[in-house]
Amino acid sequence: MEKFIGCNGLVAPLDRANIDTDAIIPKQFLKSIERSGFGRYLFDEWRYLDHGEPGKEVAQRILNPDFILNQNRFQGAQILLTRANFGCGSSREHAPWALQDYGFQVIIAPSYADIFFNNSFKVGLLPIVLKEGVVDQIFREVDLNVGYSLAVNLKEQTVVTPAGEVHTFDIDSFRKENLLNGLDEIGLTLQYASEIKSFEDKRRIEQPWLFI
Amino acid sequence: MQTLYNKLWKNHVVHGGADETALIYIDRHLVHEVTSPQAFESLKIAGRKPWRQDSVLAVADHNVPTTNRTNGIGDPVSRLQVETLDRNCEELGITEFKMNDLRQGIVHVIGPEQGATLPGMTVVCGDSHTSTHGAFACLAFGIGTSEVEHVLATQCLSIKKALEMQILVEGKLCPGVTAKDVALAIIGEIGTAGGTGYAIEFSGDTISDLSMEARMTLCNMAIEAGARAGMIAVDDTTIKYISGRPFAPKGDLWEKAVSYWRTLRTDEGAKFDHVVNINATQIRPQVTWGTSPEMVTTVDGRVPNPLKITDPVKRNDMQRALDYMGLVPDMLIREIYLDKVFIGSCTNSRIEDLRVAAEVVKGRHIAKNIKLAMVVPGSGLVKLQAEEEGLDKVFLKAGFEWREPGCSMCLAMNDDYLSPRERCASTSNRNFEGRQGQAGRTHLVSPAMAAAAAVAGHFTDIQNI
Repeated sequence: MEKFIGCNGLVAPLDRANIDTDAIIPKQFLKSIERSGFGRYLFDEWRYLDHGEPGKEVAQRILNPDFILNQNRFQGAQILLTRANFGCGSSREHAPWALQDYGFQVIIAPSYADIFFNNSFKVGLLPIVLKEGVVDQIFREVDLNVGYSLAVNLKEQTVVTPAGEVHTFDIDSFRKENLLNGLDEIGLTLQYASEIKSFEDKRRIEQPWLFI
Repeated sequence: MQTLYNKLWKNHVVHGGADETALIYIDRHLVHEVTSPQAFESLKIAGRKPWRQDSVLAVADHNVPTTNRTNGIGDPVSRLQVETLDRNCEELGITEFKMNDLRQGIVHVIGPEQGATLPGMTVVCGDSHTSTHGAFACLAFGIGTSEVEHVLATQCLSIKKALEMQILVEGKLCPGVTAKDVALAIIGEIGTAGGTGYAIEFSGDTISDLSMEARMTLCNMAIEAGARAGMIAVDDTTIKYISGRPFAPKGDLWEKAVSYWRTLRTDEGAKFDHVVNINATQIRPQVTWGTSPEMVTTVDGRVPNPLKITDPVKRNDMQRALDYMGLVPDMLIREIYLDKVFIGSCTNSRIEDLRVAAEVVKGRHIAKNIKLAMVVPGSGLVKLQAEEEGLDKVFLKAGFEWREPGCSMCLAMNDDYLSPRERCASTSNRNFEGRQGQAGRTHLVSPAMAAAAAVAGHFTDIQNI
């Protein structure tokens, strides 16, 4: 995983609650056995007016002019601002892959679905939880200010607005360390290989039916 | 005094605190074709090997065709994904039920069916509906592809302990009301984020009276309430279901296992972080009207009216859902006419589900306006059992199609999907926009309600049939 340093980026607002993983990346794109290239299918059914299929060239697609991410002012956005329970639904890691491949480094919302939240950290996408009222306020500010960007500092756990207002956020310390250092979690776990082995040996004796 | 969740947690901690983030041992790893290829590839690139192949059971279910399979999979992209699973399993010595194996089926149907899901296990799979296996007093939850790789490489996951919620369901269910209705009624009550951060234990006399199939339906839908894991204590029903299954212990080992399994229940007086009480006698057959499982009402109800909602975010969500679903505020649910009916999915494709649906359609025929009504059994063995009981003939005679097992139109990754604006009564678990096909309109119901809707052509109260 790449190190997550921080981000000073343009904010794109997606003003809708309960955005599910089927909306983030529709199932037909999950047939791929690759890990990259999902960004062009992000929010496919909202972003385009025609039906998308894997391999269809972007140049042939019909953009939906009403979809907010298609507006000129939000091109190149690195921070997605959205509503509660973002990422509900399936366990597809393709959802954070697609968001990241599109160019987002940070998501800001009042809450997330558990599996999506967890998956995001695994791929180096930072999901930040801010209070409903703060999210409301940022939505209003984005609406009023073209080019609105936020400075995210993971080390300090802060989100700073253009006016200099500082919002702090919580993050699990283990997840924070992994992001900041771009750690290989499997490598970390394998440091405990002998503990895993002795746990397993004991289990094999106590509950042998688990090893049939 | 401990909860079931706490017992399961403590029994699996390899390293770390008993109450915080810990390294947890994984007993059973179920794998399917969609969320695994990148994990296998990454494992290989890193030069790592699976820690314990015999803990893994693989099956292709999401992409497989449900029609004639003699010529394999038509779509080259789907075919490659299934072949990639076959190749990975062969190379690494992992047990896989291939597409034409009688034991093939939906991963959450075959695990329990084979006895590969046993009480007290931690069960993971790159699929959110892994919560299903909690019906066997397992700690079972869905994971992403990075974690699939992590479990393959280390047999462990580093996870944070969840909060604990008890959903206490009491009272006798009315005739025609099933576990699916209970699940939808609960989600209607607590919302799709109600269980976020929690592991849910379902308990109470209503739950004790449920069959294992029904318990699986309920735990399957825990994720639709936002909870990664749902679970139910072990009792005689659990033990009886497991007995004699291929992967289940036999002889002395069986006796030893059973005596341990019987301890897998919440101790009297143990505390939960949150308790929800549900009166089962009040639950009526449920139908979803919107694009989230919490957008649900009873079959004798009406489509809600956004004008009556004061919160602007909620009002907009409701209006948007009604526009997508092509529904008018205040219209009667039973006046919603349908185009297609789907009976299947990891929620409702087990033998009991098919029996209930067959009972409703027996001697009847699907309505003229129904373009397609299909039954997709959860596994080859469910299909065989149903055929031995003559259920296939009942469905075929009524005008249903009788298909091969797989996920099918629950998520429409294969050729089974809704065309734009087609309306479907579906026994699956998600009514999200586009879930069953672009611009398709999904109403979640029980198998009995889906069968009744197929016959009537519109929603109708199963209690009147």
